Amino acid sequence: MFLLDPTLFLLVAASCIALSGIPGLLAHHSAWGQRVAAIIVIAASCLGETAVISLLSGIPASSYQIDWPLPFGPALFSVDHLSTIFLFPLFLVTGAVALYSVAYWPAREKASAGRLTFFLGLFAAAMIIVVMARNGVLFLMAWEVMALSAYFLLTTEQQSSDVQRVGTVYLLATHTGTMALFVMFSLLRATAGTFAFPATHALSLAVPVATTVIITALIGFGGKAGLMPLHFWLPGAHANAPSHVSAMMSGLMLKMGVYGILRTVSFFDQLPAWLGWLILLLGAWSAINGIALAAGQRDLKRLLACSSIENIGIVFIGIGLALVGLQQHASYLVVCGLAGAFIHIVNHGLFKSLLFLGSGVLIHGTGTREIDRMGGLARRMPVTSPLFLVGSLAICGLPPLNGFVGEFFLYVGAITDGIVAPLPLVALVAPVLALVGGLAVLTFVKLFGIVFLGAPRSADSAHGHEASAVMTGPMVLLAGGCLIAGMAPVLLVRLVTPVVGFYGGLSPQDMAQVMGHIPLVPLTCANVLLLVVVLAVGAAYLRRLRTSPRSQGSTWGCGYLEPTPRMQYTGTSFSEMAVSLLGGIVAPDRRRPTLDTPIPPADARFSYETTETVLDRILIPVFQVVGTAFSFLRKVQHGQLHIYVLYIFATLCVLMIWKN
Amino acid sequence: MSSFADQLLVLVMLINLIMLGTSRLMFSIRAVAVQGVILGVLPGLIHPFSGHLAGITAGIILAKGVAIPYFIGGAVRKAQIRREVEPFVGYVPTLLLGAIFTALAFVFAERLPLAPEHKDLLFVPASIATLLCGFLILTTRRKAISQVIGYLVMENGIFVFGLLLTEAMPVMVEAGALLDLLVGIFVMGIVINHISREFSSIDTSRLRALKEE
Repeated sequence: MFLLDPTLFLLVAASCIALSGIPGLLAHHSAWGQRVAAIIVIAASCLGETAVISLLSGIPASSYQIDWPLPFGPALFSVDHLSTIFLFPLFLVTGAVALYSVAYWPAREKASAGRLTFFLGLFAAAMIIVVMARNGVLFLMAWEVMALSAYFLLTTEQQSSDVQRVGTVYLLATHTGTMALFVMFSLLRATAGTFAFPATHALSLAVPVATTVIITALIGFGGKAGLMPLHFWLPGAHANAPSHVSAMMSGLMLKMGVYGILRTVSFFDQLPAWLGWLILLLGAWSAINGIALAAGQRDLKRLLACSSIENIGIVFIGIGLALVGLQQHASYLVVCGLAGAFIHIVNHGLFKSLLFLGSGVLIHGTGTREIDRMGGLARRMPVTSPLFLVGSLAICGLPPLNGFVGEFFLYVGAITDGIVAPLPLVALVAPVLALVGGLAVLTFVKLFGIVFLGAPRSADSAHGHEASAVMTGPMVLLAGGCLIAGMAPVLLVRLVTPVVGFYGGLSPQDMAQVMGHIPLVPLTCANVLLLVVVLAVGAAYLRRLRTSPRSQGSTWGCGYLEPTPRMQYTGTSFSEMAVSLLGGIVAPDRRRPTLDTPIPPADARFSYETTETVLDRILIPVFQVVGTAFSFLRKVQHGQLHIYVLYIFATLCVLMIWKN
Repeated sequence: MSSFADQLLVLVMLINLIMLGTSRLMFSIRAVAVQGVILGVLPGLIHPFSGHLAGITAGIILAKGVAIPYFIGGAVRKAQIRREVEPFVGYVPTLLLGAIFTALAFVFAERLPLAPEHKDLLFVPASIATLLCGFLILTTRRKAISQVIGYLVMENGIFVFGLLLTEAMPVMVEAGALLDLLVGIFVMGIVINHISREFSSIDTSRLRALKEE
């Protein structure tokens, strides 16, 4: 039985992944080191995924305890259903990214590959330990290793000043969050008497302490998850990291924040009534703002990053619904909210990683991140474009793909319980989700249309080329996952049922009863039918295309005789109306020409820059004011070593006199 | 025996004042070496004989009396600096300050809540006085070598305090502290050499390039 213990498998997998980068660091030629690392990581991911599946199928997991010489209590590792649901996408994406990185960041061409491979392994392993740690200090250690290796990963191209800037912003944000977590774990230690995590629903705290713990958890973990308004580090960090790193950061690291909040909430036996509503509101706010920001972006990866904020918002809507349900003993709402949130966590891990890996192929092929400089790539990238289309459809939550399944649960929960149970307010979630979905469709139509359709807008785009199978292979895997999960939602439901029951504190009978009310079979049939119809119509269209006479002309020529690529819609013009409607949120910096000059008009320029509302308009001005106000302190730092020693001396004297 | 130890401690404090008053670097180094030897002898006077004690005495005399002065002397010869010119505060004022600090150390030691067996000895005041004099050298002198000497004197002060605990202190801790010091001095010697080669001066008041602008 010892040999079949899933916890042991997971620990072995984590150690292998953590150490995978070391050969590459030591080797003289890091090319083979990178391959060895990829092989190790893929093997360890398979091992980990096996352990996860055996855990889900009900094999009991044991706990491991290491008595380290640190004064924080023993280091405890354990896995429960909540950990499992986060480990499932983690191993899948880690394995895919390991393979992808061999071709995307080849050690032959890039000197930073050894370092990148090392930190990528450390990053993934730290996340595995984060979800397995059952001791506050161990958790914080793993958390810091994760946050810092993410910093080193995203500053891979450290020569660029943009990268340096976003790296610093990220470092400040993550350490502010960790500071909040220090407060939280110290409070838990002070009340519970140990750093070991309390058992589920075993902690009852006085109201002020409980409130502080929850607020610090929301700041610390919510900042990592990218919850508004603590998301300010996220777009820049994701945009400037190498694409496969962005895939892991967005697909996996943000979820660690969600995990942290779920884990903290699970400690309490009684939750304050406002918590569910607060999380619901924050989630809705993040979802709407995130997708509105995404709609206005011009940078491919920044757009995807903003859409991550939206998806995290949707996950939090689900969690908020469930917490409200728990408070009101509405088990239907609990199940729908939790199932929606967990399904969306898994789904987002799949399709967001797919999209980021796809953006890596695009950047690799065209050398730019600007959407408005791409175009016409569907013809030049025949493998990537359908994969990217699958990812885009999935992220919009459109049937028949997996994104729809998660949101379906949320809709069902909001509408049914909002009307049936005495919670009419909850029904408002449905229009919010619909608004978010609509904006997501707009955003991704813009993204896919401008990037892949039309005529090339620049020479780089015209010379764009398809990537090797090593890069597209992992994407096929992830897209396949999206498709299968969409076709057979029952798989996703099976995946999350144990964790929903565990987390919601429901018995299997209750679960089965509630799940029986959810129209899964019609959903499956509808999805399959839709796919069949789409494929049939597509096939018929292709046949007609082959037989019917055709005329040559440029795409979206609009009847002009000599259209140029510059006459096409750009991404900016496509989303112009949405952006002007959402001006308060997006607030782009537009420089319009004045048109009052006589005929013929003089040369004029129009420019459009997106801004980071929270970062550029609030945080940086505040920091500047604080910096000026405290600039007199800079005089204390003058570089004279003697005077520094004198400071110590004076302090010592003052202390001696004071104590007397 | 303990009265003899007290006399030695008075000598330690006098050596502090000598170092504050002199401008010749080699002289300072020899003085610090003598101070080190005295400190090495001290444990033998106040604690009963044991192998542990003999080891400590030998180690301290070797490190503080021989090895460290030898390194610093080497650095002085290589950098070709004989005298401390233009200290931040003159020799007479520092001497006076040193005297005042020594007096204050006695006042302060009176008020410390010490164990009764430590009350009548000079260890605590001598330790604090040496520490303060070390600080004084550190803050008022300009040359990097004088600062190394300042650190040494400070460390000697801490060591005197540690003497009260010699029996309770495990060998490993002492060995660790000594090794720390030795490596520290070694590194400083190398750094000083490099500074003087690079900038043709070891005036630390000119070393401000690392200050953030």
